[in-house]
Amino acid sequence: MKKIMACLLAVLLTVPFFAGCESKTVINVYNVGDYIDEEVISMFEEEYPGIKVNYETFYTNEEMYIKVKNNSTAYDVVFPSDYMVERMIEENMLNKINYDNIPNFKNIGEQYQKLDYDPQGEYSVPYMWGTMGILYNKDMVDEKDMDSWKAMYDDKYKGDIFMLDSERDMISITLKSLGYSMNSYDDAELEKAKNALIAQKPLVKAYCGDEVKDKMIANEGAMTIAWSGDAFYCMDLNKSLRYSVPKEGSNLWFDNMVIPNTSKHQKEAELFIDFMCRPEIAKKNAEYIGYSTANEEGRKLLADEVKNNELRYPDLSKLDNMEIFTYNSELSEKYSKLWQSVKVK
Amino acid sequence: MYKKYLSYPHLMWMLIFVLVPIVIIFLYSINVLSTNGTTGFSFENYKNFFDITYMKIFGYSLWIAFLSTVFCLGFGYPVAYILAKRERERLAKGKKSSTMFMLFVMPMWMNMMLRTYSWLTILESNGLLNTLLGFFGLPQVNILYTTAAVVLGMVYDFIPFMILPVYSVLVKIDPSINEAAEDLGASPIKVFFKVTIPMSLPGVVSGITMVFLPSITTFYISNIFGGGQIMLVGNLIEQQFLVANNWNFGSAIAIVMMVLMFLSMKIMNLFNKGNKQMAMF
Repeated sequence: MKKIMACLLAVLLTVPFFAGCESKTVINVYNVGDYIDEEVISMFEEEYPGIKVNYETFYTNEEMYIKVKNNSTAYDVVFPSDYMVERMIEENMLNKINYDNIPNFKNIGEQYQKLDYDPQGEYSVPYMWGTMGILYNKDMVDEKDMDSWKAMYDDKYKGDIFMLDSERDMISITLKSLGYSMNSYDDAELEKAKNALIAQKPLVKAYCGDEVKDKMIANEGAMTIAWSGDAFYCMDLNKSLRYSVPKEGSNLWFDNMVIPNTSKHQKEAELFIDFMCRPEIAKKNAEYIGYSTANEEGRKLLADEVKNNELRYPDLSKLDNMEIFTYNSELSEKYSKLWQSVKVK
Repeated sequence: MYKKYLSYPHLMWMLIFVLVPIVIIFLYSINVLSTNGTTGFSFENYKNFFDITYMKIFGYSLWIAFLSTVFCLGFGYPVAYILAKRERERLAKGKKSSTMFMLFVMPMWMNMMLRTYSWLTILESNGLLNTLLGFFGLPQVNILYTTAAVVLGMVYDFIPFMILPVYSVLVKIDPSINEAAEDLGASPIKVFFKVTIPMSLPGVVSGITMVFLPSITTFYISNIFGGGQIMLVGNLIEQQFLVANNWNFGSAIAIVMMVLMFLSMKIMNLFNKGNKQMAMF
């Protein structure tokens, strides 16, 4: 009898693991890794003692999409990029945001609102934005070549090129270097992109994730494709690094805050988003991450050499050959297949 | 006197965390989304796996796993042998068991990711190794992001799994058996090949299983050391889940791998007949 009791107790001991109880309201925030000044979270929790933020991070939009779709955690605020917002809207995965609860939305620059991925401006609040370009080490390359994506496919730099292990970005850049649209899913154009990527494979040193930043800083390679924000971060730490947006045009991207329909705490989620839109918070995040904030009032608080920097805050009206990624299920499927056939070659 | 109910928590554990997940994976693998949006059951995912591109990946994984196992055995066996020999001599003299063995197992207590990442610092083109070579005016090596680097990573990560079982078998061999062979006129070399090796086979077999099986399904070693260019079955499965969002195909590959591993363990255990207690360790 004693032993049966012992067994029961042992089983009971495991129960608390399944039933973590909390008296506070917990909101689940799901963001890209290293994409917030984490102090901001504690500041939020201090100001709203009834709310606890459970903060998780992801590396790619696709990874985030799968987790939100499978509803493994009821996320309340997630940070997808433009095309992913479009996809999530299309698949009814987002709740409409009540902008009356986000008075600080007025701080967001008008030029970043109601873009093609959320044309009515109902679902998303822009967070950071930027361009995509080549981050290169001026001591290891011929700087003349760096105004074109072609450099990334040039035999001259064999073994010194880093690519990103991210299908959408790599295929789009390749399309652009061939003179096509970044959002093309025309079979003939994709076939050419695929061949270019396969031909490029022997030149590539590695397909990296976030660690590419450390590698560029440590002079491990001559060039990589980089998002503007990451590029500035690297340039701060290694003075030989330069960033260029190639003349063929490039990607213009926007990361946003949205509320997925898995959310059980819409009100608290909106409070969090509003908090993030405060100018001083936006400034704090922009300073920490080094990306360009979509918060116009926040930008004005930044140091002069940052807020007036042409590379960091280019005039959107002057960038005419830039494209924002669009979502389309056919495109997504084709890209996925293409990238796999490149990787297995 | 055999108290069955004591094993019930364990059985429940196995049921919930081993059996149920396997069943779920299997269900995923035979679930096929047809074009009109309905789901049906079919073995199409399995058929897809036997496509030439995937077979190439599979063959390549087998090759890399084979290489790692051979190197692990080649390096691990002598180490295990020397350690076991020292240990037996110490015990014969009535000393306490040595700490040498502990030192060999200690790296296993460190986080695997951390250990793997630290190799990057060593192998990078401006890394420790090349700095050292450069200091002595020797030519630079660039093996990071190649097959050699992946094999190196696997051997490094998995070699304790070879040393451990071989050692634990060797250390239990009664020294008097070797002495008997020598008394009967066998040379030390002959004793080694005719007595020690056959008697250590059970350890070798479980060592091989414990190195071969994880190295065929690993994905992070190939990711980190291969720079995303080397595609093994493990990477393929990871990609199906995290990138391609094709859980059904990923599950099918996982099931195929599981069946293969089960079979290879069965085959391996054939060598172990009569030595049942040695099957794992």
